[in-house]
Amino acid sequence: METGSPEETGTPGEELTWRGLQPALVRVRRLLVVVWMAGLALATGLLLGLLVGPAWAAFALLPLASAAWCWRLLERNWRSWRYAERADDLLICRGVLWREETVVPYGRMQLVEVTSGPIERRFGLATVQLHTAAAATDATIPGLDPAEAERLRDRLSELGEARSAGL
Amino acid sequence: MIERRLHPVTPFRRAWAPIAVLAGWAVHDPDGTQQQLARLTTTVLLLGLAVLVPVAGLYGFLSWWCTHFAVTDTELRIRTGLLFRRTAHIRLERIQAVDVSRPLLARMAGVAKLRIDVVGADDKDELAFLGEQEARALRAELLARAAGFAPETAREVGEAPAYELLRVPPRALALSLVLTGATWGSLCAALVAPTVLWLTTHNLWTVLATALPLFGAAGASSAGRFVGEFDWKVSESPDGLRIDHGLLDRTHETVPPGRVQTVRFVEPLLWRRLGWVRVELDVAGSANSVLVPVAPRPIAESVVARVLHGVTVPEELSRPPRRAGWCVPVWWRGHRLAVTDTVFATRHGLLRRSLSLVPHAKVQSVRLSQGPWQRLWRVADVHVDTGAGKTVTARLRDAQEAARLLHAQAERSRTGRRDARPDRWMTSG
Repeated sequence: METGSPEETGTPGEELTWRGLQPALVRVRRLLVVVWMAGLALATGLLLGLLVGPAWAAFALLPLASAAWCWRLLERNWRSWRYAERADDLLICRGVLWREETVVPYGRMQLVEVTSGPIERRFGLATVQLHTAAAATDATIPGLDPAEAERLRDRLSELGEARSAGL
Repeated sequence: MIERRLHPVTPFRRAWAPIAVLAGWAVHDPDGTQQQLARLTTTVLLLGLAVLVPVAGLYGFLSWWCTHFAVTDTELRIRTGLLFRRTAHIRLERIQAVDVSRPLLARMAGVAKLRIDVVGADDKDELAFLGEQEARALRAELLARAAGFAPETAREVGEAPAYELLRVPPRALALSLVLTGATWGSLCAALVAPTVLWLTTHNLWTVLATALPLFGAAGASSAGRFVGEFDWKVSESPDGLRIDHGLLDRTHETVPPGRVQTVRFVEPLLWRRLGWVRVELDVAGSANSVLVPVAPRPIAESVVARVLHGVTVPEELSRPPRRAGWCVPVWWRGHRLAVTDTVFATRHGLLRRSLSLVPHAKVQSVRLSQGPWQRLWRVADVHVDTGAGKTVTARLRDAQEAARLLHAQAERSRTGRRDARPDRWMTSG
């Protein structure tokens, strides 16, 4: 499950264990992209081919091309997601082109949420979401193993209680 | 637990509702209203009124009859609703601010409205109306209980003595409004747009339809603000910061200690020569945002020092690296940052400067973001999220500096909390 090697970041002397997401997340996302894009390609091809002319049906290649592009992009995006539990805060890194790094001190957590939709459940995935009093805090970790998600939830709420600070 | 009722004047407030609905309908559809009115005879009209007014009165009376409130050791309970019962329990130690407001008509009737700001609460949780004395006493009691006084003493503590920090003279307020761009901008719009429309269309109704809202906006941004911010008084008391203002509608706000999430100094271009600033603040769950409408900078800073204890406004703010000009041309010079041992301060804007201060103890989360173009120029943004739903951003910092800042800020916000005062500020504060 660990994709990143332990590495040093801003704080010296603290070994960080970065954890990545489940590979199944890429599969789910690819599946969704393929299903949607195939549907779109079929609709475009049929509509344009029947209504305008057979040559115009070539526009159906556009969704297919974008699906192929997304296929690679999704893997890169998946690789960029990682999180680390430090002594006092949770670190989440994500994004390839638009990078974002979030630090949430445990004491500020108001609520930890574990969600899992029907498709996510089918692939054995769960999402953990952290809420603080600030609405802008966007700390979501998708594509976790359900057991790991539950462990994280319990640990986070336990740590949050111990360091509770509220507003 | 003693349940109390609102002031008996309250039903009259509700009696307005059907008249307001009729007026709204008349404004919405003037032609239809005229036709309908022409068909009605005086007797029908009188009969209608004779039915409507008692029904409205009865509704007002019943909804007043069904509304109760009580103060317990830890909560304020409000029970209301005629058909759909609704009970709100407001935890006292979570109170973010208490306002006593007296609209003009209420002032004549000698009653006041009490609003309690709690994070995530509805607008409905206000007590309207209470007798003026009762509202004051209840406000003092709520704050005393929230501060952690025992229930028996809470009522006897009474109103805490207040010490006046600042009073804005009407002349300064008027001058500040004259020197604000928005006042002139809205006035110009109100004069120019209808004139142009008249010259092009010669249609009176179009001109009126545009002129009225524009004049309304111009009035609200100048005269409205003057009336609302008239006789602005900021005072300090053990139960928090008191803000009194208003010419016609008097409002009295109390912000308990330690509730302020961010403070902003706004300096419009024309005020800078006079050295004046406007101070705004953010309190979670509260709609009020102005602390001082206008004041000389040193005085405003001394007020802020009382609001956020031990905070000094940083003088020196550092600029982003020169190459940030490739990401945000010209305006990059306006983005400044300073971090002291008590606050995270950023400033933005070249003409209208706005300096935001966040005490480290109020930081909820810290984020670093970097787009592809920013990465090319090795700069990044650091966002600091606060509990009032406001995010303060230090833009265009050097990428390495931003990474260090991210971790250092998370560390500071964690340790900054340790010496913050407890929610019940009189217990061990």
